[in-house]
Formats: sequence, C-alpha cells, structure tokens
Amino acid sequence: MNCSEAEVLIHALIDGELDAGHARDVEAHIATCADCAKKLAAFRDLRRTMAAAALKESAPAHLRARIEAALPATARAPAAAAAAVSDLAARRFNRRFFVGGFALGTALSGAVAATLVLGVLRDDREQRITGDVVSAHLRSLQPGHLTDVETSDQHTVKPWFNGKLDVAPPVVDLTAQGFTLIGGRLDDINGETAAALVYRRRNHIINLFVAQAQGPEYTEPTGQTRHGFNVRHWRESGLDFWAVSDINAGELDEFGQKIRAALQPPRS
Amino acid sequence: MSADGDADRARRFRDAALPHLDDVFTLARYLMRNTADAEDAVQECFLRALRHFDSYRGPAMKPWLLAILRNVCKAEFARRAVQPMPPEPQEHELTADDPPLWQEPQPSPEAELLRRHDHDTIRRLIVALPEPFREAIVLRDINDLSYRDIAEVVGVPVGTVMSRLARARAMLRERWNLEEGSAP
Repeated sequence: MNCSEAEVLIHALIDGELDAGHARDVEAHIATCADCAKKLAAFRDLRRTMAAAALKESAPAHLRARIEAALPATARAPAAAAAAVSDLAARRFNRRFFVGGFALGTALSGAVAATLVLGVLRDDREQRITGDVVSAHLRSLQPGHLTDVETSDQHTVKPWFNGKLDVAPPVVDLTAQGFTLIGGRLDDINGETAAALVYRRRNHIINLFVAQAQGPEYTEPTGQTRHGFNVRHWRESGLDFWAVSDINAGELDEFGQKIRAALQPPRS
Repeated sequence: MSADGDADRARRFRDAALPHLDDVFTLARYLMRNTADAEDAVQECFLRALRHFDSYRGPAMKPWLLAILRNVCKAEFARRAVQPMPPEPQEHELTADDPPLWQEPQPSPEAELLRRHDHDTIRRLIVALPEPFREAIVLRDINDLSYRDIAEVVGVPVGTVMSRLARARAMLRERWNLEEGSAP
C-alpha cells in the first residue's frame, strides 16, 4: 500500500467501512508511515469535533406542521402532471438509477475514481490469493498432507524442489531463532505451482509459500487476517512470499523479518 | 382507491418517513443555503415520496428520501437558471434560524460556548465547500449514511464517494487549521 492509496482508505478506516483485510493493510501502512499516521490522527480529531458540534438540524415546528397537514390531502388528490419529470426520477431511484452530479464534480472525481478502481481491483485479486493461501495452509494441516519431503536439513529440502518448479525457492533454516524447518512440499497458489516450506514454532505450523512473481521485483510486506489465520505477503528478488499461520501477528512479522534478513545478500 | 385505503397509506407513510424529517431538512439546508427554499424543498420531497410510496421497495427509507430531496434541489436550481449556486455562502442566512445561544441555563457555559463556536465554524466551512464535496460530507458525517447508501443517493460509484470524502475532509481540515491558527 502506498501513501496515495492510504490517503483515501484512512477515511474508510475511520468510518468503519473497511473489511478486516483492508483495515489491516491500512494499519500496517500507518505503522510504517509517520505522515499517514499523523493524517489519520488529524482526521479522527476532525470527525470528533464534528460529532461534538452537533451539526444535525431540527426541522422547525411550522415545517413539520405544514407537511403533516399536506400529507393526507395529497393521498386523496393524485399528482399533478407538472411533477412528472421528477416523479420519473424518484421511480428510477428504485431501480438503482444513476443521477449525475454537477459536471465539475463528475469530471474531477472521474480521474480520482479511476485510480481507486484500479486499487480495488488489485485488492480483489489479493483477497482471492489470500483465500488461496489460507486454504492451502488448512489443507496442509490434514493428516499426511504437511510435507512431501520431511527433514530439518535445508540442504535436503532445497534440491528436492529441483525440476519440480520453475524457480529455486530459497530455503532458510531458522532453528536457532525459534522457527524450525520441518520440510517442504509442492502446493498450488492462484493456479500456479508454488513451493511450500514448512516451519514449526512451538506447536504451531507456519507455511511459507514461494512462487514466481509477475510485476515488480520487490514489494513491502502487507498483512491480512482470514478465518483467524494471519497472512503476510511480500515480494523479493522477483519471488512472491506468503507466510501463513495461526501464531500471533507479531510472531509472524518476526518470522517474515528473519526470512528476509537471511535472504539479504551478504555485505562485503 | 377508497378513502380508507388512502388514509391507511398516508398513515403508513407518515410512520415510515416522518422520523427522517430532521435528516432531510439538514441536507436541504446544506444544499439550498436559504431556509425558505430548504423548507419548500423538504415539503416537496415528502409529497413526492408519498406519491411513490406504493412503488417503494427499498433501499432504506432515509437514503430514499434523501435521494428524492436531492433531485428536488437539483431540479430547483435547473429551473431557476443555469447558474448553479451563489459562489459565496450567505452568512446571515446561515445563522438566522439557529437557536439562540442561551436558551436555558447551561451547566458549563465555557464548554457550551466552545461547542457553539466549533459548531458555527465547522458549519460555515462545510457550507463553503464546493458542491459535490459538501454533499458527500453532509451525507456521511451529519446524515450518517454508509458509503453504499451515499453512492446510491448521489448516483456515483462507491470509489467516487471515497475520493470525494477524502478531498472534502482534507479541504475542511486545512481550512479549520487556518481558522484555529488565526483565532485569538
């Protein structure tokens, strides 16, 4: 998520209009972006001030009386033909009718909306892939499905993938850091074959899916929660990584950081 | 239709629609900027809504009424002339109908004064927003409609509602900061 997306989505966050996945995305961005965090706080302030200012008005009593008096009479006397045009508009609304705003507003918002729709579409794809990742994780927890190659030796796991995938997934042993490699298998994410590396943290299983990425070489980690499972996605060196587990979000973040750190080319 | 049927229908309409009178009136005040016009628009809105009450199948009553009101207001501006709105808010119109500051003794005069001050300032700033942004912020932050309902009322995609709200609040915040910064 970048700042211009966040700039729009923080309002949906304040208004409670975001689903859990998008809310997490925005919060993850805000956690790493002081600028957007400041904006979020400022807009929350503004909304509080508006709520406290009690801006909703009360209709004057004479207006209420006027309408009350007009209602039954109108029920008996049918509508005048002069109102036909606006009547049509009211009927159309029942059919999810489109009323254009003023020309300026439509033109202005058109460009902004176009970029937003792109964002939403991509998010839809991300949502679907996140669903795939969680399903694959659940499948792997069925008896006998967790690993095709079972070993804590990264030098056994890595060559096992040779010839089975278009990519050579990096295999990292994090046993010393509390995440034990217990094996690997082939899986399927978004219709593509992916490597699944299986780690254990205490009694919890972490699946790390690795697949060839389409698009940019590198993206920042983003997080989502689905059916109680935490999912982290990032992209590094043209590979997509998804980490999924029922361990808490903080530990999964730690896992992601350690994997990324281990994959950094050594500095000379 | 029998007179009994009409009376029953009018009663059902009153029960469903009149609880939203304040919401409809509030939007009218922000769209029309003139109390007399706003009141006329509200009355016309309820009469039209009654005429279409038989075909009303949802959405929820409040957004349905607000959409009709919005059509009434737009039609009114279209009827009057090509020029949509006066560019500057007419401030005497905005406060003329506000309740007096001290209707009854308040437990905390300072807090109440501050609240009134915020109310007047924010209200003035909202009124000064360009039309689509003013409408978005009133529907969301005052009428308390969901994004989906606002999209329905205004007749634009939800993405447009989101971008208008973001713009509206950014403008509002900027102007609010200016005001507060220059306050004594």
